[in-house]
Amino acid sequence: MGTYVLRRLLLVLPVLLLVSFIVFSLSYLMPGDPARLLMGQSADEETLALKRAELGLDRPFPAQYAAYLGKLVRGDLGISYAKKGKGVGEIVGEAFAVTARLAVMATLVSVVFGIAAGVLAAVRPYSWVDYGSMLLALLGVSLPVFYLGYLLIVFVARNIGLSTAGFDDQNVWTQFKSLLLPSLALGALSTAIVARLTRSTMIEILGQDYVRTARAKGLSEAAVVLKHALRNAAVPIVTVVGANLGGLLVGAVLTETVFSLPGLGREVVQAIFQRDREVIAGGVLFMSVIFVVVNLLVDLTYAFFDPRVRLE
Amino acid sequence: MKDTEATLDRSELEGASPGGRSPTAMALRRLFRSHTAVAGLAITGVLVVTGLLAPWIAPHEYWRISREAVMQAPGAIPGHALGTDELGRDVLSRLVYGAQISLLLGVGATGVAVVLGVIVGAVSGYFGGWLDSLLQRVTDTFMAMPTMLVAISVTAIMERPTLASLFLIMGFLSWTTVSRVVRGQVLSLRENDYAVAARSLGAGDGRILFRHLLPNCMGPIVVLATLLVAGMILFEAGLSFLGLGVQPPYPSWGRMLLDAKPYMEESPWLMVYPGAAIVLTVLGLNFFGDGLRDAFDPRMKV
Repeated sequence: MGTYVLRRLLLVLPVLLLVSFIVFSLSYLMPGDPARLLMGQSADEETLALKRAELGLDRPFPAQYAAYLGKLVRGDLGISYAKKGKGVGEIVGEAFAVTARLAVMATLVSVVFGIAAGVLAAVRPYSWVDYGSMLLALLGVSLPVFYLGYLLIVFVARNIGLSTAGFDDQNVWTQFKSLLLPSLALGALSTAIVARLTRSTMIEILGQDYVRTARAKGLSEAAVVLKHALRNAAVPIVTVVGANLGGLLVGAVLTETVFSLPGLGREVVQAIFQRDREVIAGGVLFMSVIFVVVNLLVDLTYAFFDPRVRLE
Repeated sequence: MKDTEATLDRSELEGASPGGRSPTAMALRRLFRSHTAVAGLAITGVLVVTGLLAPWIAPHEYWRISREAVMQAPGAIPGHALGTDELGRDVLSRLVYGAQISLLLGVGATGVAVVLGVIVGAVSGYFGGWLDSLLQRVTDTFMAMPTMLVAISVTAIMERPTLASLFLIMGFLSWTTVSRVVRGQVLSLRENDYAVAARSLGAGDGRILFRHLLPNCMGPIVVLATLLVAGMILFEAGLSFLGLGVQPPYPSWGRMLLDAKPYMEESPWLMVYPGAAIVLTVLGLNFFGDGLRDAFDPRMKV
């Protein structure tokens, strides 16, 4: 296991280096003058030139990239030009706190509804319950998250008296209320994926000999399904939920835009519109790191439970 | 997908079944017996026909502005079955032309993604070694980056993206799944007897790859491509919804949703119809893609 962990960690480094290069190139090519963004419209050309020199923006691309990497190694993501020099690390941290909560709630949604729908479908395969939940699952795969968000705002939020004006972080309850509909919209896709996987895994397991034995012993159907079958279906389901989590953390861009949540995705989108280079680079880089780390953890967990993976 | 040999054995058996039908014919029979696959094919067909014949189907020009008919509800005034938008443009006509844009971008971007994915995957799987390691790290990189944000960064750099640049960007960011699948297939196929036989007869790498290995990867590639078109339509809708996809005056369904945002409370039809068009199209393509997969390779079933 030790060598496996080490090997996987070593594979991550070149990926992150390549991501940093692409991300920096993108932010370097962004039109607009960061010095002008920082100093405002009134600054004259001389001051701007001085500022550019101070920020190192007059140096060639390789030198700027090297300087950026040097700062990254020390954990410095740079500063926001549009937010008058506020640290990118701080901006990303604050925004990610919202996104992480949203992603965790969406994951809960997908686990609860996905497993319930999958189990119900598997217990009565080819019944109307099965067809109904699988049709819903296909709908979940096909609904764009921003359209579902709109429908929830227009047709649900008003009827149940829920405010959809941004993120209210007064206390846990208001946070929960602000994230309820967004997490339903964001979680729909993973719910569908979990439901389909649970169904197929459960149908396979319910046909096994030990399930027949459990039934023959006279166990109740609930005990057979929940204790004997569902527990054995847990490993693939947990793997998929974990793999989805990485996608949810970075896929919240559109959800946050529809619901005006101050999350990381929306923050980066705004930075792109404002040509705020270092926020774009830092935000995208941070998301990539999160994605890589979450997937690494999922793989390691999987390898821990299934020794065959380590030998590949 | 890794047990390709088993799959081949099975298709050989089917090929030798009574009646002597080819595996392809049997798979097509399975495909057309599935109600959802046929429904998906029908929906996709409607989309293609609508897109191709847009100028003849649409009751009005998509850009025609009318000050007399602004924000009319569906059916409120004759000639505008699905109502009009904030500039008095006919919603139905914009939906019809939107099908054209979705189709064009969906297919174009998928083409780019499939070509890139096949090249990277085939080279990676066939040659192995350091080249494989390098290409796999590049694939990991593209998988790790938040696609939507990278795409809008690139479109922001280009200021006003054209249709061609859009499908290049979308394709360039979406080839990883195809490359992973093709690599896996090529890895297992290249050790097969017929590949070894071809090599021993003196066939070059290019010939083995293009004449012997890639044709045997076509099944999964076609299935993935169908599902990718659906993904690309969602991708384009998302980009346009952020205002960075297809630029006005072209009507894109995602753009129509964005334009409807300020009016969603009082004029919900402005967002309901374009959204429904996206859902229906993507649903159709997913139905069809799933049907193809089940028919041609039941083992791939998730």
